[in-house]
Amino acid sequence: MIVDINFVGLIIASIMASAVPLILASCGELITERSGVLNLGVEGMMIIGAISGFALMTVTGSLIIAVFGAMLAGVLISTIFAFLTQTLITNHVATGLALTIFGIGISAMIGKNFVGIPGKEFPVLFEGLKDTIPLLSPILFGHSIVFYFAFALPFITSYFLKKTKIGLIVRAVGDSPESASNQGVNVRLVRYACILYGGAMSGLAGAYLSMIYTPQWIENMTGGRGWIALALVVFSTWNPIKILIGAMIFGGLTIIQFHMQAIGVRIPVQFLTALPYIVTIIVLVVISRDSRKIRLSTPSSLGKSFYKDN
Amino acid sequence: MIKIVKRDQPSKAIFFFTPILAIFLTLIAGGIIFYILGFKPFEALKFFFIVPIADKYGFSELLLKATPLCLIAIGLSFCFKSNNWNIGAEGQLTFGAIVSGGVALLFYDQEGFYILPIVILAGAIGGMIYASIPAILKTYFNTNEILVSLMLVYVSKLILDYLVVGPWSNPEGFNFPETRQFSDSARLPLLFEGLRIHAGIFLALAAVVISWFVFYKTYLGFQMKVSGFSLKTAKYAGYKGKKMIILVFLISGACAGLAGVGEITGPIGQLHREVSPDYGFTAIIVAFLGRLHPVGIIFASLVVAITYLGAETAQIFMQIPKYTGQVFQGMILFFLLASDYLLFFKFKFIGTKK
Repeated sequence: MIVDINFVGLIIASIMASAVPLILASCGELITERSGVLNLGVEGMMIIGAISGFALMTVTGSLIIAVFGAMLAGVLISTIFAFLTQTLITNHVATGLALTIFGIGISAMIGKNFVGIPGKEFPVLFEGLKDTIPLLSPILFGHSIVFYFAFALPFITSYFLKKTKIGLIVRAVGDSPESASNQGVNVRLVRYACILYGGAMSGLAGAYLSMIYTPQWIENMTGGRGWIALALVVFSTWNPIKILIGAMIFGGLTIIQFHMQAIGVRIPVQFLTALPYIVTIIVLVVISRDSRKIRLSTPSSLGKSFYKDN
Repeated sequence: MIKIVKRDQPSKAIFFFTPILAIFLTLIAGGIIFYILGFKPFEALKFFFIVPIADKYGFSELLLKATPLCLIAIGLSFCFKSNNWNIGAEGQLTFGAIVSGGVALLFYDQEGFYILPIVILAGAIGGMIYASIPAILKTYFNTNEILVSLMLVYVSKLILDYLVVGPWSNPEGFNFPETRQFSDSARLPLLFEGLRIHAGIFLALAAVVISWFVFYKTYLGFQMKVSGFSLKTAKYAGYKGKKMIILVFLISGACAGLAGVGEITGPIGQLHREVSPDYGFTAIIVAFLGRLHPVGIIFASLVVAITYLGAETAQIFMQIPKYTGQVFQGMILFFLLASDYLLFFKFKFIGTKK
């Protein structure tokens, strides 16, 4: 059998494209969790980003406004979460769930008038280089700016956490808010910032879905990707580089599912669709089995409220 | 000057007052949202919260929606009280519906008093089997139960979809994604002529009574309470943590499974693609709004059930999308969590003495 090498390149590129929203949202959530906050609202923030991006693009016609507007929408909605969990010291899990339920509802409410409207073409970079190198060209060239940003983000995130002073402060706040606070760090402020950053990244992930990946608005179009992004953070044991690997695996599962259907593999479509969720569970089990390792890599104060009497 | 001070002990009175405050604040915020959307706030709220339950039929619909919410929330309160985050009740409901529906289909051409109990039991077992997956993975493999139970929701809906489209679809059904009608013996009886409210409500009420008894009159209830406060204390007291985790998951799975039975053997009488409009997720809100207290959950399930009906009425009469119901549900939980601040903190007025 002769396999067209460029076809292989195209498949890899499509896997990467479906990994983009997962990488963005996971890297954002990773920073939030590293500061000790568990935000289960990723799915809600993502869908808000998706509708905001699409709506702004349709109304203003500007892609730049739409992309940044989606990030801002993610920030705004995560502010609710930040205010509740940090200022009013509410339970992280319950607040995150409320955020997801609320986000899905609000997005459908706003999106009512945007169903069925075709999207716009999003400009791609390096399109002229598309046919230069076999195999690598389709992987490297001809993608949107968000695509390139997503694949740089894990490395930026890793550098930020390991090498910068602010990154160190974030980790300190997540591992021991008491000692960080005693050192004069404003724990609440750091956590606010990390939650809002996570919101921005989830918003961007949503905008990627509705503006670039499948340029249209469909109710509930994130389809659980926010939850998979949350699982990826556990999968990565809070290491941004491993998010990249995890996101590629899940992107791969999504894409394989399409190709298996295309070549007529006789497996019910529902089982293929269920595959990413089942694999997520299996992967979580394998990762978590070693409880010592998990304990060492989990931010020690993850999900615990911090209250300082003043 | 006003100063915020931490209370020495959470206030008991405020504990039961804040849910009412949260509902009130949700109504105000909802009015504002309606106003922004260009509706008259009071009229919209009336369509949302009063019109749907103004007649006999509406009230029956309210009880119909409140039944699964109450049942699932009762089950979830076992989990939440003991610090187990089962958020996959929607999946347990779906799987319970699949198993009980499968059993009901076995008897589709038979009548007999024994069929309904078997079908109900099958639903509870189905829910328990499905809930045991996150429970076992949590206890023996240290896996996060939030993510596992949630992932299983998607899986259960896909299994259901596969079954009703494929092997279980009605052979005389012109390829509609639904199964045969169950026989009358497999159906929960309707309580009143012309209304849809069915005997499932007694399952919910039984769950309320039993849970009240377990929470407040048994050693298990005490153990759950202690583990909820502090896992360390529970360990120190020598409680069998693993056993309890599995038990509370099984209880909540059984309740969700029974809710699934109610959905398919009640008014519908067959399996189809959408057995539940996210009752499993909404019940999480009901559990919190009811303060994880059996009686509180009854009231909370009625309040939250209105948001389902209101969304439907508002969609018909005002062309407001039905997702508005979810917006209200999210807001109730937000406001409830926010007003919990008053539980632990109080505002102290400091005199201007010099």
